[in-house]
Parts: sequence; C-alpha cells; structure tokens
Amino acid sequence: MKAGKFFAKAYLWLLLILMYSPIAIIAIFSFTEAKVLGNWTGFSLKLYENLFSGSISNSLFKAVENTLSIGVLSAFFSTLLGSIAAVGIYNLKGRKKQAITFLNNIPMLNPDIITGISLFLLFVAVGVTQGYLTVLLAHVSFCTPYVVLSVMPKLRQMEANTYEAALDLGATPGQALRKVILPQIRPGVVSGFILAFTLSIDDFAVTLFTKGNQGLETLSTFIYADARKGGLTPELRPLMTVVFLVVLLLLLLINYRSSKNTNKK
Amino acid sequence: MAGENNIIKLENISKRYDGKTVLDNINLYIREGEFVTLLGPSGCGKTTTLRLIAGFIQPDEGRILLDGNDIAGVPPYKRPLNTVFQRYALFPHLDVYDNIAFGLKLRKTPTNEIDRRVRKALKMVAMSDYEDRDVDSLSGGQQQRVAIARALVNEPRVLLLDEPLAALDRKMREDMQLELKEMHQKLGITFIYVTHDQEEALTLSDTIVVMREGKIQQIGTPRDIYNEPVNSFVADFIGESNILDGTFIKDGLVSFIGKEFECVDTGFGENAPVDVVVRPEDVYIRRSQSGTQFSGTVKSCIFKGVHNEILVDTDEGFEMTIQDYNPFEVGEKVYMLIKPEDIQVMKKERTANILTGTVKDAGTIQLLGADFPVSCDFAAGTPVRVEVPFSSVDLMDNLDEGVISGEVHFILYKGNHYHLTVRTDDGDFLYVDTNDIWDKGDLVGIRFSDQDEIRISELQNEN
Amino acid sequence: MRIKRTTWALPYFIFLLLFVALPLVMVLFYAFHGRDGGITLANFVRFFQTPEDLHTFVYSIEIALITTVLCLLLGYPAAWIMSNSNLSRSSITVMLFILPMWINMLIRTLATVALFDFLRAPLGEATLIFGMVYNFLPFMIYPIYNTLSKMNKSYIEAAQDLGANPVTVFTKVTVPLSMPGVLSGVLMVFMPTISTFAVAELLTMNKIKLFGTTIQENINNGMWNYGAALALIMLVIIGITMLFSDSEQEQANEAGGLI
Repeated sequence: MKAGKFFAKAYLWLLLILMYSPIAIIAIFSFTEAKVLGNWTGFSLKLYENLFSGSISNSLFKAVENTLSIGVLSAFFSTLLGSIAAVGIYNLKGRKKQAITFLNNIPMLNPDIITGISLFLLFVAVGVTQGYLTVLLAHVSFCTPYVVLSVMPKLRQMEANTYEAALDLGATPGQALRKVILPQIRPGVVSGFILAFTLSIDDFAVTLFTKGNQGLETLSTFIYADARKGGLTPELRPLMTVVFLVVLLLLLLINYRSSKNTNKK
Repeated sequence: MAGENNIIKLENISKRYDGKTVLDNINLYIREGEFVTLLGPSGCGKTTTLRLIAGFIQPDEGRILLDGNDIAGVPPYKRPLNTVFQRYALFPHLDVYDNIAFGLKLRKTPTNEIDRRVRKALKMVAMSDYEDRDVDSLSGGQQQRVAIARALVNEPRVLLLDEPLAALDRKMREDMQLELKEMHQKLGITFIYVTHDQEEALTLSDTIVVMREGKIQQIGTPRDIYNEPVNSFVADFIGESNILDGTFIKDGLVSFIGKEFECVDTGFGENAPVDVVVRPEDVYIRRSQSGTQFSGTVKSCIFKGVHNEILVDTDEGFEMTIQDYNPFEVGEKVYMLIKPEDIQVMKKERTANILTGTVKDAGTIQLLGADFPVSCDFAAGTPVRVEVPFSSVDLMDNLDEGVISGEVHFILYKGNHYHLTVRTDDGDFLYVDTNDIWDKGDLVGIRFSDQDEIRISELQNEN
Repeated sequence: MRIKRTTWALPYFIFLLLFVALPLVMVLFYAFHGRDGGITLANFVRFFQTPEDLHTFVYSIEIALITTVLCLLLGYPAAWIMSNSNLSRSSITVMLFILPMWINMLIRTLATVALFDFLRAPLGEATLIFGMVYNFLPFMIYPIYNTLSKMNKSYIEAAQDLGANPVTVFTKVTVPLSMPGVLSGVLMVFMPTISTFAVAELLTMNKIKLFGTTIQENINNGMWNYGAALALIMLVIIGITMLFSDSEQEQANEAGGLI
C-alpha cells in the first residue's frame, strides 16, 4: 500500500507540473528582455515597463479599461436581472418553470462560438451597429444564467414559509423582500456578481463576434489580434502573468466566501 | 369562556389546485376566544384552510368573514391575525430579539414600547435570557417558543398555529401542549390550531373540526367527537375503536357480531344496514358467564402501561379489541358485556359501489374508463347504473390480472373482514370487503367476481 | 391586485426570448436562406460539395474524440486518486486541478505555444492534441472527482463485505457508479473541443484548421448564410452528444457553475 500511495501521489504531481509548466515558463521569462522565449538574458523588468510605456501601452490600456468596464457593467446588470428572475423562477411551478429553466440552461450549454454567431446574426438582422453596447448585451445574456444558478440554492435553503411569515407579521411584499428575502440570499447575489464579472473579463469568443469593426478591443481580443499578427510578442508574457494573477485572486476570493458560508452552517 | 359572537366565518369555501379539489364547500364558524383544532390526515385540507384564513391564498369560491366583513381583498399584512408556522420560519439573519420585534418595528412602534413588549413576550414563553441569541443556535423547542412570542407580541385577535409541535419529541410536545393551553386561557384570544395528532386535538381543543379529503366530517367538542363519531372514518381516526357492520332492527335494538344488543339510538329505520362503534374500554370482560351477552377466547393480551389490551375471538367468529385493568391468559374462555349507552350506531355512507356506465355488448360494460366483462340483457349503447357489492370487487397482486388498477387508500378492520377504499388510476373510489391483508399504498389490479350479485338497471334520463 | 412573485421572472423571460431564443432562430433563418433571400437548402448542399470543409469537419470530430479519450485516460486515475482518502487527502490538490478551468482559454493556449517554443518543438498535429488535452483535462477531472467523492462509501464496504477483492470492487462498483461523472466529463470535453476556433489556429500557426475556424472565417468574410448553416451542423452534433447524457445535464451544469 505504501508503494501504491507513492505512485498515486507522483502521478498527481506529474500531471500538475505538466499543467502548470506553460504558465510557469511564461511567468519566468516575463522577467527577462530576450525576444526569443527560452533565452535568458538576465533579470529585467523591461517587459513590464514596456507594458506601461511602450508602443503597445496605449491600445493595451484602452483594452484593459474596456474589459473592466464591460465586466463591472455586465456583472451589475446580470446580477440585477438574475436575482429578481431567480425569486420569480423559484415561485413558478410546472410547465412555466420548465420552460424558463430550459431557456436559462441554453447559454450555459451552448458553445461560445454558437452564442457569438447567433447574437452576431441577430444584431446584423436588426441592423444595430455593433460595438460596446452589443458586447455588453451579449455578456449580460451569457452571465445572467450563472447568477440565477448561484442565487437559486440560497432561495431553496430558505424556510418555505419565510415570505409568508414576513407578510403575516405586517410586512408589505416590498418590505418582505427588502428586510427578509434579500438579507438571506445576499451571499448568493454577491457570489453571482463576482462570477459574472469573472466570466465577462474571461470571455473571448462571444466578444469577438459582437464587438463590430469600430475598433473596440477587450483584453482577450487584443491578445488574440496581437498573437495572430506576430506570434508571441515578448510583451504578452508579463501581460499574461498579470492576468493569471488577477484571475487567481478573484477565484481565491470566491472560494474564501463560499467556504466561509459553509462553515457558518 | 368562549363568547357567543363568531369572529371568523367560512362560507361555502372551495379551493382547487391544478384541477384537484383540496377544499370542497367548507362551512365553518369560529367563536371569539375559542380554541379550535382542525384535525385530519395529511392532504385533508386543514393547512389550506389555515392559509386561506391567514390570507396567503385566496379561495376559488365562497367567502371568508372577519367580524362579519368579507376579507377577500385584505392582504395578509393587514389582517389582525398572526401565524406560528410548522417549521417556525424564524428569520436566520436576525437574532431572537429582532425576530420578535419585527412586526412592531414595521408598525413604527416607539422603541421603548417595543422593548417592553418584546421582554413581556419573551417572559411569557420563558425565554427571557435568550434575546441576543442567534436563532440558529436554539433547539427546536426554543425556536418554537420564539416563533410563538413573535406572533403573540403583535397582540393578534386570532393566533393561527400550523402543526407547531410536529417537529418536537414526545416529552417536549406534551409540555408545550400544557403551556399552549395555559397561554390560551390567560390571553383569551382565539386559537386556530392545525394538527394530524388526535391526542393533541383532544387535549387542547374547545372544538374539534375533523376533516378528510377537503370535506368537514364532524364538528364538535372533544367529548362529542370521541363518544359519538358520525361515521366510521371519524371513529377510526379518533382513538381506538371496534368498527363493525350491523343491522338496525328497530329503535333501541341493533344486531352485530351475530348477536342482538339493546341501544339508545333511534331513527335509523327498520332492518337497515348500519356501522356500529364500540370503544375498547366500553366492552366489559369477565371470567364468569352471569349477566354477560356473548363469549369468546383470548387471542392475545398486551400490557400497555395502565391497562391491558386484549384481542378476543368471539364464538361467532369476530375479533374485538378490549381494554381492561386485569390481564387475561391467551386461550382463556371469556364473557363480554356492552351497555346500551356505549353502543354508537352510525348511518352507513353507502352499502354498495354505485357506478354508471354504458353497455358495449352482451358481455361487456364500459365502466370507470375500461371494459368490464359483465353479462346483461340491455342493448349496446344503453346507459346503465351498476351496483357492485363490496364483496364482489376482487383485488389482485398482479396488476395485469385486473381490468383496471388502483391503490389501497384507506383500511378499516370490521371485526371479521377488512373494508378498503381503493383509489383507481383515474381517481375514482371503489369500496371493497375482503379477508386478504393489504397495506395502505399497495398497488392492486381490480376486477369483479360474483356476476350474480351485480345488479344492473337502465339509466332513465340520459343527458 | 398585488403583483405575484411569479411575475418577477417575466422581465428575464422576455430577455431570454430576445437574446437567447431569437438569436438561435436567426441562425436557423440564415442557414435556410440564400444570399438573395428565399428558402433554400443550398447552404447545406454546398457544405457536402466542398471537400475541404467536409474534411475539416470529419477531422475536427476525430481530434475531439482523441482529445476526449486521452483526457479520460489521464483524468480518471487522477480523479480516483484524489477522491480516495487512503491515497491523497488534500483539498489544495483538487483546487490546483480545478483552477485552470477559470483561466482564459486563449491565455492557456498561448502559454502552451510558449512551452513548445521553449522546447523548440515544431508546431503540428502532435502539439495540437497535446494543447487540447492540456486545455480540457480539468473539465474531465472535476466532474469525475465530484461523483467519486460524493459516492456513498458504504457501497464499497458492502462489496468488500460480500467478498469482492480490490480489483473487483473497482471494476464492478466504483466504475459503474462513477458513470454519471464520466458522462458529464466527456460532454464537457467533447463539446468545447469540437467548437474551438482560435485554439487550433494558435497551436499550429495556422497549419491545421478545425471546423470552428471554418465557421469563423465564413462569418468574418461576410458569408453569413453558409456560416450559419455550418453553425447549425455543429449544433446538431452537440445536440446529439447531449442526447446521450440527458439526465447528466444537471450535473454538467453544476460542474460548469463551480467553484
């Protein structure tokens, strides 16, 4: 059994090393100036400096700004839409519930490319100029289902008669929602917001199809365009390292929240 | 103690969900200050009735009156009623104090007034030291007390309680029953209490409303309901009883278990089929024959704490449950006596299954949505009334052997046979007498035997 | 009349109809229309008459199948080891395996390209498959791990009690009971692999084209009707895959919605 345990652990670590080596290599070689990846020309923060002052810094900052603002806005709107919808869906029964749950599942099951193309065709057919707003709308459409999914369990955990109990004690429906329902589902709403934000800043395919040709770029379409032009430009290394760290931080935050919530129970 | 004016009236209330009737023409009057219990098995409509009164749902038909005024349009938050919910429904994000103060704060009650009333409510439920506690950290019994305090602090005219003690263990439940009874006497407000526990209902109530499948079966004091059940369902549901088939020979004389007995009931006609109920403690059991009415052999004797529960096989072949303080030996010859005032005679709800169908051909009648092989002389297409005796319905283990299938819905032991209510897959009810042992919920195939016993007549007015 | 809480679902229902259902209807509409309008099957006929596209389609399915099988072979043992408390009991390991699911596919692909650059490996079919497996392995491991770790351990004890040796326990109890997880893992790997477009392009420096890229190119070049038809063909393939695991959808969602 001892040997078995050793091999089992070795297997896991081998897989992990394989999985993380590309990111590790990028991170390591972001601290040197060499144009060709693999050459080490001594420690340097030059590539990081280039990010902020080099030739790409302007368009890069614009892309980062777009990514963040679209991320925050789409997270806000999908949280609003999704939380209200979750309360509605929770109280629905039978066929209506099935129908809306089915529709809600589509964006989660659909491959990105189909979501992107279908929205692209819609915008084309309606004749909307594609740009910031269409991207935002597209992001809200694929983020909201995840918000619904993260609020729903909190509603289910609630005692069945909570809403009635509030009314019984003299709360109007509005007061019942604000003073009783909302405080109880708040963790789900906040998780939904972070989830939506993460999904939005992470998205590539849907953005690519709905960003139009007015020059709008987000971080991922920027990286894509850059990598397509000239392979891996050295500046992408520090950029990817930073993005990786940001996502890592967000994930730790979500996990910390969810483990804190489970511990409370 | 109970005032004479009705505080709540339900008039012809019906409620349906997805085409299924859960309340069927309910009429109920509740007097001010009364402790009323809605009692019945699950699915009888008792909780629905409570939720209608609270205002969480609206009736499809009928009116609900509070002090004589229709309250159909009054939302729950404007009704002077408060509810204690089955699983308490305390707000987990608020502590004990804030849970209780919730209703008062919404009414913009001054802070010192809130403080005074919350403390008074906490004191009443003996939870004074718990005001800062998280509700999740309380035991079930403590949560129950907080829920009661949260409702009572608003000084409602009527307190609605939905199986409030169902989640507590037996000992705790009995303590809480006493406390609730005391609270009711002290406060003098109306309590409407929902439960499926007949003992609880008998202990607590001024008035019991027995419900079954959306209909009220009987309304009365605990004593009335126990001593004079109106039908075999109520008799079976409240306390233990011997429910037997009998014949009402004439006023004051009834025959059952193969013997004739004097009784005090009148007005059931002559030689009419009736149900007879005798409570186990009302059968006197002796070792000597003098002065007794019938005899039998002890089948089993179990000590139940205070009394012994004795099963006796009578010489005429019926089984009776008897309670006595003295133990008896199994196999012992015993003699029994029943006093006239302890015999409760009830009208039979029905004496056979009455069905309507259409003749398909000489050997087939369409009934209950299927073709039953029953021979008859009427022409094809004739609408007919078919009378199937309880004993002519056969139940099969194998569903395929039956013409239709169904589920055993309700079981009554009648001393020498079982009387079953079977719900067919289409939702119709069939009543069956059988010697076979079935359990509630068993799936059965259904067919008819004893063709000679089935009576068929032409339906006169066809619509 | 008070507003019922069920009406709260209405705005989102309308939103879903407009921005989820209607777009899919648009795909159908474009797929069955020619450039000049008019209902036609010409777009589909064209697909079957274009050997290059047909070949790309079949090749993409092949690659997706190979990727799925490799992910299963590599991922099942890893999931099993992590769920087995005798061998490993570290939530950090699990976390490390799940983490990459949340990093941009593009960035991970570029990182793999960097790895090949570093190793001076020529880009081609081998690097394509390696990159795909690297990208999608976590999506296989997670659902399997989930089912295995939630599995009631008393089944295994019952099997041992009835005289099964470790190998029999594994093949007769563990594997059959983990099938829901395997199915959703297969789904979660196969579906995105068949639909990727940028990944293959970057991994092979445009040497090898996959079906997703074909669709993207057509849409980009203004051939919306043909592109829509190709997208519809992909949807059909995905629909068929999902039929295989109808009941497992929920679990797939759950896993997708994780952390």
